[in-house]
Amino acid sequence: MKTLDKINLEKLIGILKQENYTVIGPVIKDGAVVYDEIDSIKDLPEGWEDEQEAGYYRLKKRNDNALFSYVVGPQSWKKFLFPQKLKLWQAVREGRGFNIENSNSAEPKYAFLGIRSCELKAVFIQDKVFDNGMFADSYYNNIRKNIFIISVNCTRAAGTCFCVSMKTGPKAKNGFDLALTEVINNNEHYFVLEQGSEKGTEIASKLETNDADDKQIKAAEAAVKNAELNMKRTMNTAGIKELLYNNHDHPIWSQIASRCLSCANCTMVCPTCFCSNIEDTTDLTGNHTERWRRWDSCFSLDYSKVAGGNFRTSVKARYRQWMTHKLASWIDQFGISGCVGCGRCITWCPVGIDLTKEVENLRNSPKTINK
Amino acid sequence: MEDLSGILRNHPFMKDLDENYLKQITGCASNVVYQEDEVLFKEGDKAEKFYLIRSGKVALEINGRDKGNLRILTIGPGQILGWSWIVSPYKWHFEAHALEEVRAIALDGECLRNKCEDDPKLGYEMLKRFAHILEQRLQSTRMQLLDVFKRV
Amino acid sequence: MFLNVCKHFTKMTENKSGLIKSDPMIPESVKVKKIFWETEDVFTIELVYDGEEKRNFNFKPGQFNMLYAFGVGESAISISSDSTKKGSLLHTIHKVGYVTSELSKLKKGDIIGLRGPFGSSWPLEDAKGKDICIIVGGIGLAPLRPAIYHILKHRKQYGKFTLLYGARTPRDILYPVELESWKKKYDIQLEITVDRSDSTWRGHVGVVTTLLNYVDCNPDNTRAMVCGPEIMMKYAVDELIKHGVAEKEIYVSLERNMKCALGFCGHCQYGPSFVCKDGPVFSFSKVTDIFEIKEL
Repeated sequence: MKTLDKINLEKLIGILKQENYTVIGPVIKDGAVVYDEIDSIKDLPEGWEDEQEAGYYRLKKRNDNALFSYVVGPQSWKKFLFPQKLKLWQAVREGRGFNIENSNSAEPKYAFLGIRSCELKAVFIQDKVFDNGMFADSYYNNIRKNIFIISVNCTRAAGTCFCVSMKTGPKAKNGFDLALTEVINNNEHYFVLEQGSEKGTEIASKLETNDADDKQIKAAEAAVKNAELNMKRTMNTAGIKELLYNNHDHPIWSQIASRCLSCANCTMVCPTCFCSNIEDTTDLTGNHTERWRRWDSCFSLDYSKVAGGNFRTSVKARYRQWMTHKLASWIDQFGISGCVGCGRCITWCPVGIDLTKEVENLRNSPKTINK
Repeated sequence: MEDLSGILRNHPFMKDLDENYLKQITGCASNVVYQEDEVLFKEGDKAEKFYLIRSGKVALEINGRDKGNLRILTIGPGQILGWSWIVSPYKWHFEAHALEEVRAIALDGECLRNKCEDDPKLGYEMLKRFAHILEQRLQSTRMQLLDVFKRV
Repeated sequence: MFLNVCKHFTKMTENKSGLIKSDPMIPESVKVKKIFWETEDVFTIELVYDGEEKRNFNFKPGQFNMLYAFGVGESAISISSDSTKKGSLLHTIHKVGYVTSELSKLKKGDIIGLRGPFGSSWPLEDAKGKDICIIVGGIGLAPLRPAIYHILKHRKQYGKFTLLYGARTPRDILYPVELESWKKKYDIQLEITVDRSDSTWRGHVGVVTTLLNYVDCNPDNTRAMVCGPEIMMKYAVDELIKHGVAEKEIYVSLERNMKCALGFCGHCQYGPSFVCKDGPVFSFSKVTDIFEIKEL
């Protein structure tokens, strides 16, 4: 393991840019930490942290210069890999037919600086979604194959985090090119650097790094441990698939539905939610058409519409679909839970519905069927 | 030629019925044949019989007045036609006519009712068998009500 | 750069559901060879590859295509032609929404887009030696027609063959001439019923499940295939089980909202399954635990 100072972190961004990467990192926008293109470490949210609870998010000034003391904001990296709105192709009418032009020529090269362990797991989960063995989505994979990942281990836990329960953090174990742990001790401010790939090693070799000594490694471990120890939320995942599968008719769904606004916020902020809609648009002449793919949500009424009917009209059924998919059927579909414990759906729910609490309520209800 | 009790025994409705009961029921039975388009009974008529269809097809229709004649069900071989004989005031709710030549065993309702009154065990056995038919008819009617192939 | 074959995903050229030449999100151009009305609101289109009329479509009975009407959108439509017939493809379509309305207006020579074939197929191979009981309702006959062709073509390899078909009224019966010819030419018990009729109809009246009372097959050795509105399939499956057919021998074809047909868009999820790629044909034993759940 190596250590890196702030000057060399700045240098890292420069090297990546020289290698034609568009460097994406955390920036503050509209009172929240979001992910956007950065040019320098000056763009990072230095000295800020986030306070999060169910339905609550505020940024707060710290009394140090930490660059990565925020946890996660409303956005996730899926907005780059699986854009919210993407043109798949366009077509022009020609004679009695049409010609299609594939819009899939762009192959951006992103470097993700600051991806958290839970977020990295979310990318792995979406990798399974967009290459399901039968089909691979070229739009996703054309972006995915080029990304350079600089993971940042969490040294704080937000009030809504529960990655420890989901075994997805706070420390990134693999899948990154480089991983950083930020350490601030007395007057020291440095990053412990791990290399996770050949490409990562190659890039790191261009930086001025020092070998990390025991004390520094221990300090980094302690910082990550701090996040783990301060994580208040938990989710008991034992037998969770059966718990949800056996309780489709449980009264809890009506109780949740009485609060749920079916606004779809939870699905928009979720780093693993992958549903999309297809929209065809034409210009006024009717001779040009475009096909767009846009994020969709199982909370929207049209989602389960078919000619002549709709399979999920009640909010109850739609919430149940979301939670059962996320925590249960996802396991059958992809061999892994769809939840990484990032807590976004809790923070960004306008009425503060907390899925960890609802799982607990379901577990403890006398009406629950345990087969 | 098969005798009446033999024909009855082989009809699905009488499946696994006690021989003794079969004998009693045979006493109320008669062999009937209807020609194509012949009316078996009309809406409002006294329901004096019910029929175990052996061959051919019977149509049940409601007189829909200005809505026309609504055919709601056809009954074919192995099926039972008519349950109004078991429910007071014993009147038919539909019209039944043969769509082709129909061979059936007719069972006299009053005769069978009397035997059921005398022997409640036979009565219960008959009711169970008819409850099954009523349940099937009710389910089918509900499904027809759903109009699942409706044009949209 | 027109219609580029996707260079990064050559592995997609051979997948379980057949041959897909290019990016599975991009429709190929197909030409309308013929279009005609089957009933008041159901029509059939015959398609050939535009400019490659000799090129064959490969599909298995039960699979579907995404048909694209220019500028309007796509609809998932089952293939209803003989899978051994070369060079052209039939789709029988119920005119119910924007896309199907647009498709109904097509004329001979018009070009539409096609992606596919997608999805699972009817289990015909391992049904050899068994009695076959097909129960269909409404437009549900169309997705089973390729399976019927297959069975009739290999009639000796199967036991008793029963086709029970329920339509709304006598006027809604699909393929009446063909049904009649099957009855004449092949060893098949074909029973047709309608939900309602006037006095001129001489056939069965009543829901399709009542027809099972007239079927004489060996329930211990019967493969059943069911297609129609889900509520109809529910009753049909109940009746089949009542008659002694094993759950694992019953197959149903499910319908859900589909946008991509590739398992990406999420819309067609049915419990743990994606109807587009795990279905549309499912063994009933695969869905038995969830079939009765409301609004799933």
